[in-house]
Amino acid sequence: MSVSTTTDIAEVKERNQALIQEVLEVYPAKTAKRRAKHLNVHEDGKSDCGVKSNIKSIPGVMTIRGCAYAGSKGVVWGPIKDMIHISHGPVGCGQYSWAARRNYYIGTTGIDTFVTMQFTSDFQEKDIVFGGDKKLAKIIDEIELLFPLNKGITVQSECPIGLIGDDIEAVSKNKSKEHGGKTIVPVRCEGFRGVSQSLGHHIANDAVRDWVFDKAGDKAPTFEPSPYDVAIIGDYNIGGDAWSSRILLEEMGLRVIAQWSGDGSIAELEATPKAKLNVLHCYRSMNYISRHMEEKYGIPWVEYNFFGPSKIEESLRKIASYFDESIQQGAERVIAKYKALTDAVIAKYRPRLQGKTVMLYVGGLRPRHVIGAYEDLGMEVVGTGYEFGHNDDYQRTAQHYVKDGTLIYDDVTGYEFEKFVEKIQPDLVGSGIKEKYVFQKMGVPFRQMHSWDYSGPYHGYDGFAIFARDMDMAINSPVWKMAPTPWKKGEDDFLAIAAE
Amino acid sequence: MSLRQIAFYGKGGIGKSTTSQNTLAALADLGQRILIVGCDPKADSTRLMLHAKAQDTILSLAAEAGSVEDLELEDVMKIGYKDIRCVESGGPEPGVGCAGRGVITSINFLEENGAYEDIDYVSYDVLGDVVCGGFAMPIRENKAQEIYIVMSGEMMAMYAANNISKGILKYANSGGVRLGGLVCNERQTDKELELAESLAKKLGTELIHFVPRDNIVQHAELRRMTVIEYAPDSKQADEYRQLAQKIHNNAGNGVIPTPITMDELEDLLMEHGIMKTIDESQVGLTAADLAVG
Repeated sequence: MSVSTTTDIAEVKERNQALIQEVLEVYPAKTAKRRAKHLNVHEDGKSDCGVKSNIKSIPGVMTIRGCAYAGSKGVVWGPIKDMIHISHGPVGCGQYSWAARRNYYIGTTGIDTFVTMQFTSDFQEKDIVFGGDKKLAKIIDEIELLFPLNKGITVQSECPIGLIGDDIEAVSKNKSKEHGGKTIVPVRCEGFRGVSQSLGHHIANDAVRDWVFDKAGDKAPTFEPSPYDVAIIGDYNIGGDAWSSRILLEEMGLRVIAQWSGDGSIAELEATPKAKLNVLHCYRSMNYISRHMEEKYGIPWVEYNFFGPSKIEESLRKIASYFDESIQQGAERVIAKYKALTDAVIAKYRPRLQGKTVMLYVGGLRPRHVIGAYEDLGMEVVGTGYEFGHNDDYQRTAQHYVKDGTLIYDDVTGYEFEKFVEKIQPDLVGSGIKEKYVFQKMGVPFRQMHSWDYSGPYHGYDGFAIFARDMDMAINSPVWKMAPTPWKKGEDDFLAIAAE
Repeated sequence: MSLRQIAFYGKGGIGKSTTSQNTLAALADLGQRILIVGCDPKADSTRLMLHAKAQDTILSLAAEAGSVEDLELEDVMKIGYKDIRCVESGGPEPGVGCAGRGVITSINFLEENGAYEDIDYVSYDVLGDVVCGGFAMPIRENKAQEIYIVMSGEMMAMYAANNISKGILKYANSGGVRLGGLVCNERQTDKELELAESLAKKLGTELIHFVPRDNIVQHAELRRMTVIEYAPDSKQADEYRQLAQKIHNNAGNGVIPTPITMDELEDLLMEHGIMKTIDESQVGLTAADLAVG
C-alpha cells in the first residue's frame, strides 16, 4: 500500500520530516548541514516553502542542474528560429545540446530557420592558445555565405571563452558593420558562471536588452499598432505549447505580436517594446526582460498559467482585466467555448486518476505551474522542488500552489530523490530524462515534465486533453503490474498476475 | 649519468635568458648534451644559441599544421652552439589566447616525441612569474627537478624569488621538485651580495653564484651570442663557467624552500640597513611630507 494514502496531515508531516532526517543521515556532517536548508515540509500559511535556493550545489551529490550556457543557448536564445546560434568553444557543448529541447517552429530548416541545426566553432588546442577571435570572424562570414536568409547571429560562449578572455564583443561589432548592420549578439554565458542554468537565462535576457533592443533603438514599428497587442513571454513552444496558448489569447480578441522565444523570430523581439501587455509564462527565465520593458517602455506584465482549466480560466480573466470590456467578454466567451471539451476530458480521466499522487522535480516554473492541472484531474502533488528556482519562485509556490505538508526539495540530489520516491511511493513521478529510467526501474510510472516525452502540447485547453491522456497512459499502463519480481511476491499475487 | 632537468625562473627582465644561455653554453663546453626548452611566448630563450630568434616555435607550427599531433620533433628542434638542441614553445601575441595552455601543450609534445632521449640536461626557461598553472608546468611532477632562481638585490626581484619559492613548495611534496639555489645577477644595488646571501639563507638554500655586472654581456648580446662564444677568454666567461660547474656539481643538493612573508622580507631589508627601521606612523607618507614633519 502506498504510504501517501495516509490522509491525516499531521501524520504526513511527521513522516516527511522523518524522511528528511533519514536522507540527511547518510551525508558527512557538513554536507548534511548544508542540504538540510534545502529540504522542508511545507506549512500552510507560510509565505515561502522554507528552503534556501539558488545556492551552489555540493560536489559529488549528482545534482540535476545545468549550466549558464544551457540556460542561454538551450533555453532562451535557441528557439529564436531565424537566427543562427553559434556554440562558441569546443564541440561537446554544442553536440550534446543539439536539438535537445522540443521547441517546435514553422519554417524551412536550413533555409530561413535553423533551430534544429547545430553550429559550433569546434575549438582546437590552437584556438585556446592563440585565441578564437579569428575563427569566430570566419564562421560568421561562412554563415553569411551559406545561409544568406539568416536574420541574425548569436555567439553562445562556452567555458573556455571566458578563461582565455576572447573579445567576442569586438568581433560581433565588426562583423555586424561588415554585414550591413546585421544583429550579432555576443552572449557571455560561460558555463562556469553562476550555480545553475538560471544565471544563463539572466545573461541571455540582458543580451536581448543590450544587443537587440538598444540596437533597434527608436526605429518605427514595421506594423500598425493596435490597442490589443500582447507578447507571449517565456513560452518555449515545447511540443507546440505556445501555439495552443496563442489561439486562446487570439480568440479573446488580443493580437499576439511576439512569441518569446518558442517559434519566435528576431523581428518579434524587436517589435515587443510596442506591446501593450507582456504576458509571462515562465517567470524564472524571462522576468528580467519583462521588468526591463516595464521600466524602459512602460509595458506592464502579468504572470499567467495555462496548465489545466482552473488555472487557464483564472489566467484568462486576469489577462483580460488589463483591457477593455470587449476583451473581458472575449475571455468569458473562450472559457465557455471550451467548457464542454474540458468537462469531457475530466469526465473521462478523473475517475481513472482520482486520488493518485504525484512527485515533481522540474526546472524553474513547472514545479508549481502544473499542480493545478493535476488537481483538475483529482490528483494530488505530494512533493515538489526546483532545479534552479529562486526564493521568489518558492514564495509563489507556497502562496498559490502547494498544500500543507507537501515535501519540498530544492536542487535535489540523486540520492535524496530516489530515497523520497522509494519511501513515499507516489503513483507518478514527473521530472526529466536523467531521472526517468531510475524511477521506471523502481516500478514507478514516470512522465518527462521538461519535454512532455515526445508528446504535447500541454498548455491551453487542447493541451490539457493531451496532458490528461498522457498521465492516464503512464499511470494506468498494465505494464506496472508486471514490474514486481515474481519470485519475491506472494504466490497468490503471482497467480493473480498470471491469470490476467 | 641520469638526465638532469633544471629550470630557470625569476622576475621579468632580471636576465634569466642571458644567464641561462651563458651557463648552458659553458656546460656544453664541459661536454654535456643539452636541450633548451623556451617557455616564453616571446620565444627569445634560445636566441644566443642560434644567433637568431627562433621563428619556428612549436605552437606557431602547430597552428599552421592544424594541431600539435601533426608535428614531428625535427620540425621544431634547432641545433645551436656546441650542438645544443633548442626548442621554443612560442605562444600567442600579447593580449589574446592562453599562453599558459601553450606551455602545457608544448611540453607534452616534447615528452611524447622523445625529445629528452640521449641528452644530459633539459633546461626550461620560463617567463617572469608563475602567473598560472601553465607556467607552473615545468615544476610539476616529472619535469624540472632543480629550480634556479635568478634574482638581484632589488626589492621586487627578491619578492619574485620568494613567490617562486612558494610555487616550488606547493609542488615539492607531490612532484619532488627542489630549489637548486639562487643566482644573483648583479644590479649594483646596496649591499647586494649580503642581501642575496641572507635571502638564500631565509629560503633554506644557497646563493650558488654572484654574477658580476659586465658590459661585455651586452656586447655579446648585440651579436646574438653568449659571452662564452663571443669572448671565451674574458673574465665574465669565466664567471659563467664557474656557475656552470657549480650547477653541475649541485646534483641532488636541492632543497624544499621555506618561503617567507612580506613582512619578513621587509625586515630583511631593514636588517641590512637598506630600509631604515621606520615607525608605522610614517607608512604612506611621501618624502616631502616627511621633510615638513
